[in-house]
Amino acid sequence: MATKKTIGVLALQGDVGEHLRALERAGANAIAVKTAAQLASVGGLVIPGGESTTVMKLLSRFGLAEPIATRVRAGMPLWGTCMGMIVAAREVADLDQPTLGLIDVTVRRNAFGRQNESAEVDLTIPALGSRPFPAIFIRAPWIERAGPHVEVLAERDGHGVMVREGQVLGTSFHPELTSDDRVHRYFLSMVEQTPTVGNSRDAA
Amino acid sequence: MEQQTGTVTVKRGLAQMLKGGVIMDVVTPEQAVIAQDAGAVAVMALERIPADIRAMGGVARMSNLELIQSIMDAVTIPVMAKVRIGHFAEAQVLQAIGVDFIDESEVLTPADDKYHISKHEYTTPFVCGARDLGEALRRIAEGAAMIRSKGEAGSGNIVEAVRHIRAINDGIRELTVAPKEELVARARDLGAPLELVAYVAEHGKLPVVLFCAGGVSTPADAALMMQLGAEGIFVGSGIFKSNNPKAFSKAIVDATTHFEDPKTVAEVSKALGKDALAMEGIDLRKLPESELLAPRGN
Repeated sequence: MATKKTIGVLALQGDVGEHLRALERAGANAIAVKTAAQLASVGGLVIPGGESTTVMKLLSRFGLAEPIATRVRAGMPLWGTCMGMIVAAREVADLDQPTLGLIDVTVRRNAFGRQNESAEVDLTIPALGSRPFPAIFIRAPWIERAGPHVEVLAERDGHGVMVREGQVLGTSFHPELTSDDRVHRYFLSMVEQTPTVGNSRDAA
Repeated sequence: MEQQTGTVTVKRGLAQMLKGGVIMDVVTPEQAVIAQDAGAVAVMALERIPADIRAMGGVARMSNLELIQSIMDAVTIPVMAKVRIGHFAEAQVLQAIGVDFIDESEVLTPADDKYHISKHEYTTPFVCGARDLGEALRRIAEGAAMIRSKGEAGSGNIVEAVRHIRAINDGIRELTVAPKEELVARARDLGAPLELVAYVAEHGKLPVVLFCAGGVSTPADAALMMQLGAEGIFVGSGIFKSNNPKAFSKAIVDATTHFEDPKTVAEVSKALGKDALAMEGIDLRKLPESELLAPRGN
């Protein structure tokens, strides 16, 4: 496809390689993004799993928070997994932790517990079909509050764990740790349906 | 809804989430907060950092549980803690209080001079040290969800960590070009199970995350180890034995992220200021063999 857009994976910290490989398996061109120049070349961005306090600090120290927020507000699709969803959220429950505020949700960190409560769960996600998704939750957050324009795509124990508002997707779990590419394909279809915006160089 | 905790995937998965990050040794909740503010991805809760364990001598055991708990309460990032090699009851206790990762560590005095803990039975993941590929694969066979170089903890000297990371990665590289008929003999020589040897030969990497530990003291040390193939960094004494822990912790985090960009490593090193002093190091050739930590456990 001549118009296929390049997907970036934010590579300041976290399971970057797992996302790059999953995106390639799903048929995308994928690159690691550490700089504003690399960010400018992608048509969609994944913020991987990792530590949200670490990545927020690195985003602001290296001047990437504003460029990402500007691109996403101009329509660039963004998908955050676990840490990435926390970074993209409007706010973090009970913690004074900065976020990018790109999706109107309040997340609760480590909501299911510490590592001993990390789990593999067969998750029902109607948008991906009837076959359950093998969702891997690691010290995972849940959605404490979702704004009026936020669609809750999956729940676990009565709490949102997959949400979408416009061009921003968030999952509490880690599809990149499985061989099931359905969430990656779902995100790629969001990217393909997006008219090229901002300073993406992929217009041709 | 089917739910399963403590699986190989979720145990190895937490280590995958730590990649590209720095894990820092801390001995108080206040130090843990400094580490988190600098951007650490996790902290290792200890009574004494390795340099002080080395200086004090005697038997080093699992840390005080109240102290570990107070560190768990002080930060939101994962908290690791160490047990003595082979001391499975210490490990049971750490799992019971809910630490996120257990380090079966040569830095503490070994409890068993023959056997490591069988780590499969635990819900809590384990990290273990290794000096070469065979040692790394034996620990994985016992259930380790993450491997780190042993280095020489508390020495401020990177030479052993370099030796160990190179040995592990050289071993991996050799397997990737070994003909299939050699793999059984290679497994015998490595002292590791054939199925793990075959995995490494096929994938060109360990089935778990590989970090560097033991001797990292400066931002350039971190950049060196990342370029040599470490997927992240443990800093023990290097931060709180420097003369400016806040600055060193932040600089080492930044250098670990931008390890392949010398300009950034230079900038964050310069930002330490002209009075910055990294921890004092030890010339390991002058240490008697009995004081080396890395040979403990094999």
